[in-house]
Amino acid sequence: MAEGGLTTDLRSSPHLKQATTVEDIMRNVVYALLPVCAWAIYAFGLSVLLLLVTTTLVCIASEALFCRLANRPSTIGDWSIVITGLLLALTLPPGFPLWMAAVAAFVAVGLGKALFGGLGYNVMNPALVGRAFVQAAFPVAITTWTPPFLPGRFSELIPSTLTLPFTKPEPVVDWIEQNRIDAFTGATPLALQKFEQITTPVADLLTGTIAGSAGETSALIILLGGIYLAARKMLDWRIPVGVLLGAVLVSLPMWLLDAGRYPDPLFVLLSGGLMLGAVFMASDMVGSPVTPSGVWIYALFIGALTVIIRLFGGLTEGVMYAILLGNVISPLISRVTQPRIFGEEGKR
Amino acid sequence: MSQADNLAPPPVETTPSFNMLRTLGLVATISGLLVVLSFRVTEPMIEQNKREAIERALFRLVPDAVSRRDFIASDNRIQPAGEGIDGEKLYAGYGQDGKLKGIALEAAAPGYQDVIRILYAYDPYCQCIRGFEVLKMAETPGIGDKIIKDPAFLMNFEALQARPNADGSGLEQAIVPVKHGTKTQPWQIDAISGATISSNAIARMLNDKSQLMSPLIQRNLALLENGA
Amino acid sequence: MAELPNRQEQVSLDTFLRGLWQENPVFVMLLGMCPVLAVTNSAINALAMGLASTFVLVASNSLISLLRNFIPKQVRIATYIIIIATFVTMVDYAIQAISLELYNALGAFIQLIVVNCMILGRAEAYASKQRLWPTIINGLGIGAGFTFALLCLGVVREILGAGELFGFALFGDSFQPWVVMILPPGGFFVLGAWLLIFAWFRQRREQAQARVEEQQQETVYER
Repeated sequence: MAEGGLTTDLRSSPHLKQATTVEDIMRNVVYALLPVCAWAIYAFGLSVLLLLVTTTLVCIASEALFCRLANRPSTIGDWSIVITGLLLALTLPPGFPLWMAAVAAFVAVGLGKALFGGLGYNVMNPALVGRAFVQAAFPVAITTWTPPFLPGRFSELIPSTLTLPFTKPEPVVDWIEQNRIDAFTGATPLALQKFEQITTPVADLLTGTIAGSAGETSALIILLGGIYLAARKMLDWRIPVGVLLGAVLVSLPMWLLDAGRYPDPLFVLLSGGLMLGAVFMASDMVGSPVTPSGVWIYALFIGALTVIIRLFGGLTEGVMYAILLGNVISPLISRVTQPRIFGEEGKR
Repeated sequence: MSQADNLAPPPVETTPSFNMLRTLGLVATISGLLVVLSFRVTEPMIEQNKREAIERALFRLVPDAVSRRDFIASDNRIQPAGEGIDGEKLYAGYGQDGKLKGIALEAAAPGYQDVIRILYAYDPYCQCIRGFEVLKMAETPGIGDKIIKDPAFLMNFEALQARPNADGSGLEQAIVPVKHGTKTQPWQIDAISGATISSNAIARMLNDKSQLMSPLIQRNLALLENGA
Repeated sequence: MAELPNRQEQVSLDTFLRGLWQENPVFVMLLGMCPVLAVTNSAINALAMGLASTFVLVASNSLISLLRNFIPKQVRIATYIIIIATFVTMVDYAIQAISLELYNALGAFIQLIVVNCMILGRAEAYASKQRLWPTIINGLGIGAGFTFALLCLGVVREILGAGELFGFALFGDSFQPWVVMILPPGGFFVLGAWLLIFAWFRQRREQAQARVEEQQQETVYER
């Protein structure tokens, strides 16, 4: 995925007949992401709008800065950085302080992308690098959830959104109590399941009337975006399918073993960030293996690891670390699953 | 470093073994002398530091105490600490009037990142735990380390019941962690929401230790009371 | 370590200053990374570690320098390790005697000074060839450079990670600590940032120097 422009590419076979450029694919991914963003804004209100704008702008600005520092032509035009910004915002809690989101965006571009040499050279998904950084840096803020569909969500912000830079966000507990009559524990469906064995109804998970990160709440809309991309052949359908399959393969036996303790596979698929991760993050072309069999191994690995972290780890959600680990081992997978060159003798 | 080696010509002359032995022997002797010397010099200071650290913790845990005596629990009995007796250490704190005010014990369990080691105070008269001090932990700052800061969590240890059962084989009621805000019984620990693992570690180590030590202390109360 | 002193060095200011900047063990030679990453989560830990390492470095290298004509080549590494281990043990006791809290914070890294390659490296490259006096001066310089580097990391990590410096709160209650900075990954981030800054400075200086030389050459041609 080298930068386009007027260069002559000499390539050896196979010559893939794909009339798409990097910009084309990236622009379509943005289209597929837009409904998810729209739903997130509709569900959580103005705060999420500001969050999306902040991360996207900071990502673009950082990209421009790093391109300048490296004396390279600016790569803002290829849309990939917009995806990073949007995806990053979608993985954050709706009331996440904007200054922390800006830090996450800067780290995502700087540490996740620019240091490795820009688009196409990054080992890991930049948005997830940014999120992993703020997860480690601000563990309290990133696990502070607010309920969706509050009546005043389009007229007022979640109080923690406009925290002054370098200061602690205000606790939102009182604010939630003011706004809601029924009790909201501030727990995501995953936390409810893990610590209290309360399974959230599937209908709520599909439509996103639950607490969680801004963009992970409606599995249905994410799925539609994925189908759009796959239909236009801009997304390797094997990756989302493999990730989800991997998750089922691990969670099904556990559920059959002890249904009281472990969640059913459908809940596993629809809850948390698994759907968002499977469709939009694991499928990132840069971080996934290039061979068909490698793609399956990679996807199944991510899905299985996500569920393993969820069920047996200390965290409630493991999709971020699973994808990052998957990204890291994908060059190795590519190498191991390299098809034999015709005529070469098999190894003994 | 390799440069120096490369420059050197291949060794032709061989050093007699005696020279090597002589050097190593001499160096080992100097080294031994220095180590023993510094050990001798620092030993009393280190001992005092350790004693002070424990006393500080003990006097914070048992505020009425002004003096202390150490006991050792081993083979299901308690005896005054002395040379050559190994076992679980108990630090008994006595008040101005010479009465037993509380007993501090060490407990440990794996937390989120590393083992958490604490010193906790057991009050043999209310048969309850009256607070703890963390000796060593590596919990995540801002989350796991709430176990020493969170006021609601520390409320658990005003008087956490650790009463031995009738036949003295364990606790009447095991100390258990419960979800934040659902504590109804004196032997329950109201966990910190968001720091469940660290809270559970505290509950587990207190329970494990109390199952063993509470009955033992109650049986040997007379000895402990006459300690001062 | 381009220029290993193979001849007896005359003591000069450079003997000391070299360790601080030009041959800085952390930022230039990248030696002793383990304590650099592990114990720099606060300024006081960094300072204690730096001073302890400096003491071990100077003391052990002095002894090695004194015994340099006496140590057969075949057993030199063993001898160095015994000598270094001796002084590490002494430091270990001394820190326990000074403060148990500090001792607990530094953990196993005090004992691990034994295998700090910076110290063994100086013994092999410098102390085994030089007289006592230059060895002490050079050791002090290298030690100061190491302490300086540790402090660079420790100060940044403590300010960002805890909002404190040497245990004193800097910003008040509303400051949001960046927890990651006092966790191990923070060590890598901050070390990387410092290395970047130092490499950038070095590069600029070299470029400036190259320009000066070029101009000098040009003036020569003009003549």
